[in-house]
Amino acid sequence: MFGRLSLDALPHDLITIGGAVTMLGGALLVVAALTFFKRWKWLFKEWLTSLDPKKIGVMYLIVAAIMLLRGVGDALLMRTQQALASDASGILTSDHFQQIFSAHGTIMIFFVAMGVIFGLFNLIVPLQIGSRDVAFPFLNSVSFWLFVVGFGLVNLSLMVGEFSAAGWLAYPPLSELQYSPGVGVDYWIWSLQIAGVGSLLSGINFFVTILKMRAPGMTLMKMPIFIWSVLGSVVLIMFAFPILTATLGMLSLDRLIGAHFFTTDAGGNAMMYINLIWAWGHPEVYILILPAFGIFSEVVATFSRKRLFGYTSMVWAIAAITFLSFTVWLHHFFTMGAGANVNAFFGIMTMVIAIPTGVKVFNWLFTMYRGRVKFATPMLWFMGFIVTFTLGGLAGVLMSVPAIDFQVHNSLFLVAHFHTMIIGGVLFGAFAGFTYWFPKFTGFKLNERIGRYAFWSWLTGFLLAFVPLYILGFMGATRRLDHYDASMGWQGLFAVAGVGVLFIGLGVALQLLQIGYSVWKRNENRVQGDPWDGRTLEWAVSSPPPEYNFAVIPEVTERDAFWAMKQSKVKQESFKGTLMVPKNSLLGLVIAVFAFMIGFGIVWHMFWMAGIGLVGVIVCVIIRISADETERALVVDTLAEAEGSK
Amino acid sequence: MKKPLVAYVVGFILSVVLTLLAYLTVTSHAFSAPVTITLILSFAVVQLYVQLIFFLHLGTESRPRWRLVALAFGVLVVAIVVFGSLWIMDNLNYNMMHSPDKMQQYIDKQGGF
Amino acid sequence: MEAENALQARNEKTLLGFWVYLMTDVVLFATLFATYMVVRNGTNGGPAGADIFNLQFVLVETMLLLVSSFTSGLMAVAARKGDIAQAIWWLIITFTLGASFLGLELQEFSKLISENNSWQHSAFLSAFFTLVGTHGLHILFGLLWSVVLFAQLVKKGLTNNVTRRLSLFGMFWHFLDVIWIFIFTIVYLMGVVS
Repeated sequence: MFGRLSLDALPHDLITIGGAVTMLGGALLVVAALTFFKRWKWLFKEWLTSLDPKKIGVMYLIVAAIMLLRGVGDALLMRTQQALASDASGILTSDHFQQIFSAHGTIMIFFVAMGVIFGLFNLIVPLQIGSRDVAFPFLNSVSFWLFVVGFGLVNLSLMVGEFSAAGWLAYPPLSELQYSPGVGVDYWIWSLQIAGVGSLLSGINFFVTILKMRAPGMTLMKMPIFIWSVLGSVVLIMFAFPILTATLGMLSLDRLIGAHFFTTDAGGNAMMYINLIWAWGHPEVYILILPAFGIFSEVVATFSRKRLFGYTSMVWAIAAITFLSFTVWLHHFFTMGAGANVNAFFGIMTMVIAIPTGVKVFNWLFTMYRGRVKFATPMLWFMGFIVTFTLGGLAGVLMSVPAIDFQVHNSLFLVAHFHTMIIGGVLFGAFAGFTYWFPKFTGFKLNERIGRYAFWSWLTGFLLAFVPLYILGFMGATRRLDHYDASMGWQGLFAVAGVGVLFIGLGVALQLLQIGYSVWKRNENRVQGDPWDGRTLEWAVSSPPPEYNFAVIPEVTERDAFWAMKQSKVKQESFKGTLMVPKNSLLGLVIAVFAFMIGFGIVWHMFWMAGIGLVGVIVCVIIRISADETERALVVDTLAEAEGSK
Repeated sequence: MKKPLVAYVVGFILSVVLTLLAYLTVTSHAFSAPVTITLILSFAVVQLYVQLIFFLHLGTESRPRWRLVALAFGVLVVAIVVFGSLWIMDNLNYNMMHSPDKMQQYIDKQGGF
Repeated sequence: MEAENALQARNEKTLLGFWVYLMTDVVLFATLFATYMVVRNGTNGGPAGADIFNLQFVLVETMLLLVSSFTSGLMAVAARKGDIAQAIWWLIITFTLGASFLGLELQEFSKLISENNSWQHSAFLSAFFTLVGTHGLHILFGLLWSVVLFAQLVKKGLTNNVTRRLSLFGMFWHFLDVIWIFIFTIVYLMGVVS
């Protein structure tokens, strides 16, 4: 009945218990607050059952933020271990250390970065294209709740059982039953499998939204560059995630029913897993970075008070990057032995893909040139990005040469490179977007001074934490080491890196402080729809926007549609009537609960639970595809609303 | 396709013919292995076209033809991933998947590590 | 007029979205095909394709599925004409043919398992069962979906929503036959040739 679940599954060591208690404590606090302030009905009606992408977007960001805390916590533990473990055992056992770095990578990529991406898609895309909603609002809700199930499984593994110790990509044979018989790898597989379905559905959703729901007059070449970058990203999501689904599926068949896809015996081929997982994995990193590039395009144009330089070349660059993403994946395993010809081809393609990115960097700089640049916090994040990302990108081009890669593959040089890309690129982009668009969705600005402190803390911390890693990589330090000989002389640099993470932690704390303080002082910082003198349509509506976004869908005539409207002093039409909006639905959450049962059931071999979960999902889907009345009428009177908000 | 019924009937007949052709090519043993394989793969690709056009009405979409674009990109990705994987794995297997005896022979020939 | 435009827009969005989902399914199958082709010589001393594939049997399966794809098209024609009775009739036939296909496939699988040739014995067999089995699973979901559609047709008739859903089902069913072309060719025919 309980499969392989028993009381042994509860945590035994202090650090894990600490983590579990913190998480549970946080959850209980939230429950207590909701109960004390009597907000359960509000939560249910306004958030959990809402199909409004603005609400769903905020929920994605909240989940991503929680996971960021856990990911940084994992980083702190790892840095501490490596700073101390010079001819010493440090504070973590090997097994624990392995679970931590596996969790760290998994959490940061799948739940922080993807969470931020989908959060911003939901919040910004409909508004920027002049639409009221996404193409498939119910599917959107399902995607979010499946993402939450993935989040739930990863966090549950901290409290019940263990996580994977096979790295964030779980290479076989280590991830096969023979070497990982416990529940860790299964938690990893099913958390990603379920969240992955959510991602795929979201990709489809935003693809159709962008192609089919733009405001009249907004041709493709009049879309904001952020939308183009989203389009590139979702194309990658749609065509790459099925590879992940199939590959994780095959690994789970090896583990569950004795298949031999990637085993070392019976004809299996572990190298095929690595080939496939990176055929997904490389597009994945472009899925993450393209929207960040898009955010920067918006931020740079707005804060340079100038239209973006080289719009057409930006579009071609995005298209090129999207296509080329599928042609470079082998650079992640140059050393696996495919030989010179294969390595040469993929090495060259990797160099080629750096070119369109270079085009974008120049376009941003040319946008700033002769602009009236304002260094508000979003622009600071851009400056931090431009410096770090360019340098880290150069490290990437260095490694695109197979002969060099043979020296630094899986060293800390590699680790420093990809953290530079993701932190300097994706995360700084997320922070730029967050500080830029925060006033739109809340109606008040974030405190600039604390924002600056947070930025400088992050930048200092990032440099202190990762420049030593570049050096250590050249000195021969490989990744994922839980201890090393003192004779290597590495401890000093690891200590500096440790200090760096503390600065990053300070940066995070300052960001939380910034939010808290700004909420407290919100009445002094209220803004109307257009606090930055923006160029794109999201600034045309009130802050926060009404549920329906636009009472009257705007007519677009040129790029930077809102800027054009402001120049020609177009007056907003008033509207009085009814608009159709999606009805709330609990079904998305319910499907997710059943999906959780599938995942948890398979992990612990409680197959009766997995069976119920599967049947439940099917029944819910049948209910939804038989439903005909899925919209409700909303009475709208924009003049009355405008009067009321004064 | 002016009459949708005609499209389905034509598509069906062509598909049956192509399926039987492929089947007979193999069971008759009339050709060498490489020729047989080339033929049946060609029949498969042609039947793919037939079904895309006659059953799935590809090309009848009003502009912009997003379905066509999505299909084209999908086919491109499939080609890259499938043929890319086959090329990569072929090379990897050749270089890396030797039997233990052959590995020992190679190591000995190189004079140890 | 506005309501009609809104309905058309809604249908177009959903048809495009579903089509694009099918494209993602193509990539999923492509991954399974690629894996099959990479490990199909990994027979672990056991049988290869030529030893276990019965081409006549598979030809029958193929024809069943092909005819069902055709009849799903006839269902679409009937729906377009507004002929509910005909649409239901062709839906039932499509279901029956599809279910027969699945029945035969299950027969093939059981035989292999009973002969000690399950997926547990080699990478080749794992890949075979997974590729063909994933297709079969899609067929199963299609059959379940067609039952739901049958109920909707009977209960609500050819409303805009039901007609759109029938189109989606038709797309799905045709797509599954397209995938089968390649399974038939690459797995079965090529398996016997080498």
